[in-house]
Amino acid sequence: MAGAAPDARPRAHFHDPKPRYPMKRTIFNNQLLPWLLLAPQLIITFVFFLWPAAQAVRQSFLREDAFGTRTTFVGLDNFIRLWNSPEYLNSLQVTAVFAISVTALSMGVSLLLAIAVDRMIRSTRAYTTLLVWPYAVAPAVAGILWWFIFNPTIGIMPYVLGQLGYDWNHISNKGDAMTLVVIASAWKQISYNFLFFLAGLQAIPASLREAAAIDGAGPVRRFFDITFPLLSPTTFFLLVVNIVYAMFDTFAVIDATTEGGPAQATNILVYKVYFDGFVGQNLGSSAAQSVVLMVLVAALTVIQFRYVEKKVAY
Amino acid sequence: MIENRPYLNALAHLTLILGVCVVALPVWIAFVASTHGATDFMSGTIPMWPGPHLVENYSQMLGGGLSTSGTPPVGTMMLNSLIMALCIAIGKIAISVLSAFAVVYFRFPLRGLAFWCIFITLMLPVEVRIVPTFQVVADLGMLNSYAGLSIPLIASATATFLFRQVFLTIPDELTEAARIDGAGPMKFFRDILLPLSRTNIAALFVILFIYGWNQYLWPLLITTSSDYYTIVAGIKRMADAVDGLPQWHLVMATAMLAMIPPVIVVIGMQRLFVKGLVETEK
Repeated sequence: MAGAAPDARPRAHFHDPKPRYPMKRTIFNNQLLPWLLLAPQLIITFVFFLWPAAQAVRQSFLREDAFGTRTTFVGLDNFIRLWNSPEYLNSLQVTAVFAISVTALSMGVSLLLAIAVDRMIRSTRAYTTLLVWPYAVAPAVAGILWWFIFNPTIGIMPYVLGQLGYDWNHISNKGDAMTLVVIASAWKQISYNFLFFLAGLQAIPASLREAAAIDGAGPVRRFFDITFPLLSPTTFFLLVVNIVYAMFDTFAVIDATTEGGPAQATNILVYKVYFDGFVGQNLGSSAAQSVVLMVLVAALTVIQFRYVEKKVAY
Repeated sequence: MIENRPYLNALAHLTLILGVCVVALPVWIAFVASTHGATDFMSGTIPMWPGPHLVENYSQMLGGGLSTSGTPPVGTMMLNSLIMALCIAIGKIAISVLSAFAVVYFRFPLRGLAFWCIFITLMLPVEVRIVPTFQVVADLGMLNSYAGLSIPLIASATATFLFRQVFLTIPDELTEAARIDGAGPMKFFRDILLPLSRTNIAALFVILFIYGWNQYLWPLLITTSSDYYTIVAGIKRMADAVDGLPQWHLVMATAMLAMIPPVIVVIGMQRLFVKGLVETEK
């Protein structure tokens, strides 16, 4: 192209090391004012985030006796007990199965729907509207809705499954209970994944797929050789977000449907922290579980920030 | 679309129609259930088409509530939810916009530390540190109050990051011009920064309103007086009481009422909602 400007945007920041906390060239010089501006955020963060987190860490090294009168320092004993507790190991396993199932089901369905919408020309917006609203439904309400559908006595699904010869009962059957909470949690997350997949698909230049089509690649081949690899940053990002969602935001779904039962079959880690702390009143163990969860969230957050950011910006 | 393949188009439409139906199924069933009378559920499975009791059920729930479950009228709970959602959304935006302004436009000692204090809240969701947070709120005497419902949830690293991102894209020339014209930092903030970030604030508001409305565990724990029950947490109390005496039509009417406001927000402000969703994850 004659006369095209050389890349108009300065690329300097690719060579210069980025400043650690970017800020403005032109700034204001007050010293007190920034602290006043930060004060509300910092006070709330300290009182309701850092202080309780520190308390959790402190309590995880302590144990109260049965009457709550004496607390003793027990070192890492609470953690060792967790590690040796079959219930906790079961909860870890349940969480893993639950998180993987929710992520796979929700992302699979969303990707399928996003690919279908991406083909549309005139109806994109209509379909999008019809698919995004479950985002607004509270997880607790989603739980109640699916619980009602699967209610063994009056629900519609057990009736249909009964006709097919399957006797559904999530109140006594572990597998049924897990299926129920997975479906309810995945349903709620479909709209989120769908929006991000659709945005990812629409960002792939049509020319690439056109070129492949001219070279004779069919729709399936184009998907696996071009679309899916180019979508991988979105996929990876959603993978992390969905695992975080399944592990930490599904408390309400579990509480509204199975309450961790039957026989601990759906007792995921966040539910167990709550149950042991508030119902079981086992503060030391609950605190140790909180600490384990904080480490897990921290690791996932770091992955999300470090790895995802790099991959997205290729 | 790259090439015209009629059978693929048909397949895509079919997939989508099926998907839309599956996504809508639970809400349809809840709606149908909420339009029937109590006796319609005795006969076995739930009916598939709406019944004649819509107005009756909804007006009973809004005005009177389900007395057997100890929950107040749904109208009261919806008002509580609205207050909580608005406090959380407005509170989060207010404190985040201020702290982002401080972090971006001032250079002061310990700036990095302040930044990290905010960042770390990302790693501490309330479910994870629930017991000690409850103790703090109990010690502060904030149980059963709107302050207790909203303030512990309003610190937000995501919102602070979003505004920081927005402020970083605002040209320095505007700041220079404002300073030459003699504007102080707060005047600059009020007259230039806030108007320029208006759409971002609106988009974030949509997301945060939904976040606040849908809170469950926190309100469930810290409200013991029924005057402060929120609707999302109240449904569970209602469904628990229902186990003995099936009042499914009323519970489902409440579930419908609990999801109507946020769903209206999402559908009515779809553009802002999508913008907010994508931006907060950047």
